[in-house]
Amino acid sequence: MIQFVNVSKVFPNGAVGVEHVNLEIEKGEFLTLVGPSGAGKTTLTKFISAEESPSEGTVLYDNVDLQTFSSSELTSLRRKIGTVFQDFRLLASKTAYENIAFAMEAAGKSDEEIISDVPHVLQLVDLQDRMYHFPSQLSGGEKQRLAIARAIINQPEILIADEPTGNLDSANTAEVIHILKKINDLGTTVVLTTHDRQVMDAIPSRVVTMEKGRIVGDDKKPISRV
Amino acid sequence: MFWVTLKRVMKSGWVNFKRNPLVSSASVLVTTITLSVITALFLFNASLSSMIISLEDKVDIAVYFTVDAQEEKILALKDTLSKIPEVKSVEYVSADEEVLAFRDRHADDYLTLQALDELGGNPFGGSIRIKAKDSGQYESIASLLEGDSEVARENSQIIERINFAQNKLVIERLNSLIDGARKGGGATTLILSIISIIIMYTTVRLTIYMSREEIGVMRLVGASSSYVRGPFVFEGMLYGAFAWLITMLMFLPITYVVTRSIGSLISINLYQYYVSHLFSIGSIVLLIGLTLGAISSFLAARRYLNV
Repeated sequence: MIQFVNVSKVFPNGAVGVEHVNLEIEKGEFLTLVGPSGAGKTTLTKFISAEESPSEGTVLYDNVDLQTFSSSELTSLRRKIGTVFQDFRLLASKTAYENIAFAMEAAGKSDEEIISDVPHVLQLVDLQDRMYHFPSQLSGGEKQRLAIARAIINQPEILIADEPTGNLDSANTAEVIHILKKINDLGTTVVLTTHDRQVMDAIPSRVVTMEKGRIVGDDKKPISRV
Repeated sequence: MFWVTLKRVMKSGWVNFKRNPLVSSASVLVTTITLSVITALFLFNASLSSMIISLEDKVDIAVYFTVDAQEEKILALKDTLSKIPEVKSVEYVSADEEVLAFRDRHADDYLTLQALDELGGNPFGGSIRIKAKDSGQYESIASLLEGDSEVARENSQIIERINFAQNKLVIERLNSLIDGARKGGGATTLILSIISIIIMYTTVRLTIYMSREEIGVMRLVGASSSYVRGPFVFEGMLYGAFAWLITMLMFLPITYVVTRSIGSLISINLYQYYVSHLFSIGSIVLLIGLTLGAISSFLAARRYLNV
């Protein structure tokens, strides 16, 4: 589904993000990227959503080089990708309902679909009572659950969760992991980055270890449904 | 789908406008200042034009004819002058009208009237007053009558004097004054318009700068550039619309007060002018407000869309 072919990234300030990375992520896989801060995990996930482009090498999505995508093709690609960030990146000026509705509107969904699906997904992440709350009125765990709800509302092909538990306590961490497992069970490819060993142990998935921008370990399991 | 998207964009823009009352108020205030400057410049230019027209109207060339000049010859000259493209109007005052006007002017001056009566007959010749389309054209009209032209030669017997030489200095000064006022007015309009547009653009840019992270997130959840930008553009248009409303209402008392306090210095009633031109000024200022708001937002949002 996604292939990194000899991918390197050097930032304008000379810092190396990733170096000679070769990796293949298969459809339906749950892949956990682990490594210390600055190992290049986030940079690697940013290549998938084309938020960053590699300085060298190619990133293929369904065998098509992402760098050849036009702006409108990138927009379409991003509708197939759900992203959850450590810092949530919710739309602060919109309510929980509107945050999710926005993602659906952006994907061209009808008003009827939005009215029927948004309450349903909010119920799924146990936020039905917070529908009209703004992100500033939600706790860290609630914000992350809202971010997950937004990421999955358009039934993406792949869900990228970049340190989704980084700002959460253990109870909320367990809940987020549970939700991610459920999403993967339904057939969505999940790429999770973490530097938390507890999180890694909680998910019996394929683990790719990164250090200083390089892949130093990969216990590949072709398609692992947990 | 287009109408659904348009409805969503407008709704989102309106919601943003309502939810950030402080930012919206500041932007509307700055836009109001911009539109006020533009409206004031409209009125300033209207006053200037009216003053120039009234000054120009006070200038003419008077050609005085000899007492025995035949009326047919004077009328023939009037006819010839009327056909000159630079000439706006030619007014003929007959000898009889001249003497009546003189008697009117000196109705209380018994001695002068007695002297006129003692002269017997009409000591006045007829005259024509020529107005040019532009005050800069008097010189060429006068040279046609005074110089070596065919018209001058044909009429030299009947023309007693032309008052252009006496008025020349006044006309020249007036010309340079009008020219200066036009250029100065144009330059002031241009400079103030540019300054206010820059201030407005900067304000809108600041409001969008505050939303730069949201713009990035919107792009990452799959919104197209135009869908992200749309609500900002509509919000910019709302700043323009509200500022327009405030400006239009504000200028009613402003023009009233200006007319009352310095109305005698300017040759038009600004309040009446504003009220009678409310539709045309309002339409232009609304168009400027909406366009400036939309373009400022469009350009400001563009910076943060490259995600």
